[in-house]
Amino acid sequence: MSAIAEMPPKNYELIAKDDDGELLEVSMGPHHPSTHGVFRMDVVLDGERIVKLKPVFGYLHRNHEKIGEGTTYLASMPYTDRLDYFCSLTNNWAYALSVEKLAGLQVPERAEYIRVITAELTRLQNHACLMGFLVQDMGASGTPLMYAFREREKILDLFESLTGARMMCNYMRFGGCRVDLPAGWLATAQKVVDEFPKFIDEFENLLAGNEILMARTQNIGVMHRELAINTGITGPMLRAAGVNYDLRKVDHYGIYDRFQFRVPLGDHGDTYDRYMIRVLEMRESVKILEQALKGIPAGPIIDPKAKLRGFRPKAGEAYGRIEAPKGELGFYLISDGSPNPYRYRVRPPSFINLTILEDMCLGQLIADVVIILGSVDIVLGEVDR
Amino acid sequence: MAETARNFLGSYVSDERLTTVQYPEERDKLPEATRQFPFLVFDGNDPMAGLRCVACQICEKECPPKCIYIEKSKDKKPDYVGKPQIYPARFDIDLSVCMSCQICVEVCPFEAIKMDTEYELSTSDRFGGLLVDKHQLAKPNSHFHEIHPTDANEVDERLAVEKAKFEAKAKADAEAKAKAAAEAKAKAASSQTPATSA
Repeated sequence: MSAIAEMPPKNYELIAKDDDGELLEVSMGPHHPSTHGVFRMDVVLDGERIVKLKPVFGYLHRNHEKIGEGTTYLASMPYTDRLDYFCSLTNNWAYALSVEKLAGLQVPERAEYIRVITAELTRLQNHACLMGFLVQDMGASGTPLMYAFREREKILDLFESLTGARMMCNYMRFGGCRVDLPAGWLATAQKVVDEFPKFIDEFENLLAGNEILMARTQNIGVMHRELAINTGITGPMLRAAGVNYDLRKVDHYGIYDRFQFRVPLGDHGDTYDRYMIRVLEMRESVKILEQALKGIPAGPIIDPKAKLRGFRPKAGEAYGRIEAPKGELGFYLISDGSPNPYRYRVRPPSFINLTILEDMCLGQLIADVVIILGSVDIVLGEVDR
Repeated sequence: MAETARNFLGSYVSDERLTTVQYPEERDKLPEATRQFPFLVFDGNDPMAGLRCVACQICEKECPPKCIYIEKSKDKKPDYVGKPQIYPARFDIDLSVCMSCQICVEVCPFEAIKMDTEYELSTSDRFGGLLVDKHQLAKPNSHFHEIHPTDANEVDERLAVEKAKFEAKAKADAEAKAKAAAEAKAKAASSQTPATSA
């Protein structure tokens, strides 16, 4: 009761600029089927135009960082699966990378290749699904999304036969990977990768040049590059605004300096660019996968110095970051020499990409807010943590 | 439109597109790596006597959602190599909390806990029904061989090597003991001999 009374007064008036109406405050969510999870937007409307938008989140908060400080380093690994539950393998990699920096572990060659292959497969299925969801938000209910899910199914089957789980993979370990590839896995993966461009072509045939898609995405939700840089946007969102920044090229983490691929860039920073950038990134991912599947060597998959039981890295701090499908995913760890991290912090890409939502939505129609949100590509497991 | 038509027709003729399985009657084959919930492995015929678990509580400590509860026994029983070991007086897993991450399997130094592939676990009692004790968790090694054959063979080899090592050591110990005893006897005898001769 008192908490409500003490809330600061709202900094806008519910009076329209012209005299013939009032502003309308609408609470979109938290169960809106198009908001990509349990997410709420407080929007203020003048007619159908957005005057103000306030993202409200935290419905899915599960204390991830505090739990990470209370459990051992290894026990946090399965929890990272649940951050961005579409891309558990890239989450695993980012966390393993920061712990490896902290403990000074060397990842064997084969494990690095496996990591690249699984991460790029993750990127493929994430982008495919995102495009499906985005088009569904525009009203193409079902068909494109189901095509995307059909392809995702093949990749999830690969993950299942490798890690034992389809989504909560919990596969990478500090200094390598948990198990070696099962027999025949590479051949199956090769088949999936070979067939994937066919799906991208099909998807593009289906949608590129579609009048409704063009009308609803071009010049909608424009984000300028200065704003994108200043607000710390990363990933496909940033590249759609025309900024050439891809951690795979900048950091060369893992073995990404060995692969030939290009970084697609957008021009206008509108929703259409953000959609197309994902199509192009999938094509580049396929290129990386082809090279990685060809070049994977035999050998051990885990650093012999790595310990499962009684793992205590020496005191220090480390920040490991990777280019997750949604942007820069980083883990910041401080160790005091005990089995638990002293501080465990996640830098989630979807959360930081979401901060810019109001700037993209101001002046747009309320129907476009859903599409703009869809093009940001958020997963609430990661936003709320 | 052409794409949609092609996909629509393809879903009737192409074999790999006909993926529907009539579930309760027929089931998809699970990949070998599949994991659902943990079970305890026992050797031999008696589940409680053959449990490999020695109640070291490492899995209890490492379990991320803390769904394992172990009480140590007061007495000891021989394990698979014949060494007397503590055994779990109580070993409970709350399946409603378990998140199937397999960390317990990885940290177990005794190959005592493994992942099951059983997924039809619905129960009418959501508190007691999902809290399983060691009698429900204990499953024979042959079950492990059935669901994860590659893994199980590796584990068996490792255990056989350890057992052979232990037996060799026990034999060597026994021999050394016997030798020492014989020597002591001989010494005693030799120290006695001069005494008698003198």
